[in-house]
Amino acid sequence: MWDAFGFEFINFYFIPGLVLGCIYALGAIGITLTFGILRFANFAHGEVMMSGAYLTWTVMAIITSVLGIAVHPLVAAVPAGLIVIWLFLLTDKYFYKPFRKADTIKVVMASFGMMLIIRSAVQVIWGPNQLTFVQGIAKPNTVLQSFSQSIDMLLLIPNKHLFIFTGTIVIVIALSYLLNRTRIGKAMRAVSDSPDLAHVTGIDVDQVIRATWIVGGACAMAAGVFLAMDIQMLETTMGFRMLLPMFAAAILGGIGKPYGAVFGGLVIGLAEELSAYPWIGDAPLISPGYKTGVAFAIMVIMLIVRPQGLFKGRSF
Amino acid sequence: MTPVLSLNNLKAGYGQTEILHDLSIYVQPNEIVAIIGPNGAGKSTAMKSVLGLLNITEGTVELNGEDITNTPAAKVVQLGISYVPQTNNVFVNLTVQENLEMGAWTRPHGIPERLEEMFALFPDLREKRNQAAGSLSGGQRQMVAMAKALMVDAKILLLDEPTAGLSPKYRGEIFGTIQKIKATGVPILIVEQNAKQALGVSDRGYVLVDGANRFTGTGAELIADREIARMFLGGGH
Repeated sequence: MWDAFGFEFINFYFIPGLVLGCIYALGAIGITLTFGILRFANFAHGEVMMSGAYLTWTVMAIITSVLGIAVHPLVAAVPAGLIVIWLFLLTDKYFYKPFRKADTIKVVMASFGMMLIIRSAVQVIWGPNQLTFVQGIAKPNTVLQSFSQSIDMLLLIPNKHLFIFTGTIVIVIALSYLLNRTRIGKAMRAVSDSPDLAHVTGIDVDQVIRATWIVGGACAMAAGVFLAMDIQMLETTMGFRMLLPMFAAAILGGIGKPYGAVFGGLVIGLAEELSAYPWIGDAPLISPGYKTGVAFAIMVIMLIVRPQGLFKGRSF
Repeated sequence: MTPVLSLNNLKAGYGQTEILHDLSIYVQPNEIVAIIGPNGAGKSTAMKSVLGLLNITEGTVELNGEDITNTPAAKVVQLGISYVPQTNNVFVNLTVQENLEMGAWTRPHGIPERLEEMFALFPDLREKRNQAAGSLSGGQRQMVAMAKALMVDAKILLLDEPTAGLSPKYRGEIFGTIQKIKATGVPILIVEQNAKQALGVSDRGYVLVDGANRFTGTGAELIADREIARMFLGGGH
């Protein structure tokens, strides 16, 4: 089993698929929460990821130049994340709030505009060219490598991927605690359930909306930094390229269902990577160039066959 | 005595459409007051006007003598008016207990104690506290909705057709519960289709026709009135 296809399959398809899936999952959480609570498809969500990664890069650069030490991206991501979240709360207050009672399509178009604004701003500040996020070749974790060899396997998983797995698990557990155990989290689920009823129940809906931006923004921020850690560079279209698969993940899991989004993200990530595995003969089943097409195909099929998603989300 | 809630010569409606033309209703402390009348008479509209969910163009709404005309719903709830809508009145994806906790959003403290009081008042809900409200029957959902509304120290409870679509068994149970709620000192304003049963438990009632109150009296008087019986209570005996 392991000899036949294990080494190649696990290390070069399954693990990268899982990594991509984690990134999609974290991004899709924000999309599904915004859709559920603010009731619109946020096209600017990919740019939150991207701008978060850029800010993290700057924080890393500043720390290195001031203190003369290299700092891990996940450490720099914390102050950068606070700045991003603060910026997005301002965006909500001055940009989205006037749209609160407007038709959904107007808010969607507004978010499309916001997407272009953010990307242009990043291009103005950091320039349009690629930046190196992390230098060097990521070597496999030696402990895991020697352990797997002792049980006749060979796992070549770099540390950056272990960070991404661990980070995603921690964030999903924290999110689950927030939504099920805290007052504001329960209120988020209540508003997602029925905004009108939340209103006449006396729930402070504006506070819930701010919490949604914070939680969705923090997850997107993490997704952006994970993505930058994985591909080791930054470019201004990196968030936009994630947008379609993240929407596919949110729809697959059911709109408004955060766990569905996590599950959907993992499925889409794995499907994209595994579609390039040579299942028949020696050539990839589907050329890697069509990876995004796989996510798109899943999204279209879901919308036709089961628009409410796997976990019975809202359908429009 | 100052009424807990009074609607004084209200004109109100949605946008340009006026639905309430001249409505006056009051609820005294420790009273159950029913609003009955044909479909489209403006019964639910009357209730929504209290919540600030539609525009009042003339007249006033007063809570304990204080003017609260056109106050937004969230604020009205904070002031102590608890409202149970006719449909869509529980959070279906939240558990029973979570629904009650959301009802207590504006309650500063004493939430666990209040939860216990509600489970004492609605014993069926105690064993279902960890079930999703959406999985309950219509009657049980109505119980959740009422308990949720009572999680704050309500000065008055507004119920919009609490027995609509329920089986006779649950209808009786709901009306019984309404009397129990009154006994805890919360006055109730109730809009009902099941007019006879509603008037049976009410201290006073209003018959609404075309956005204005046509008849007013004690519950027993209205039931005994031949014309009202013929027009609104069914049967015509």
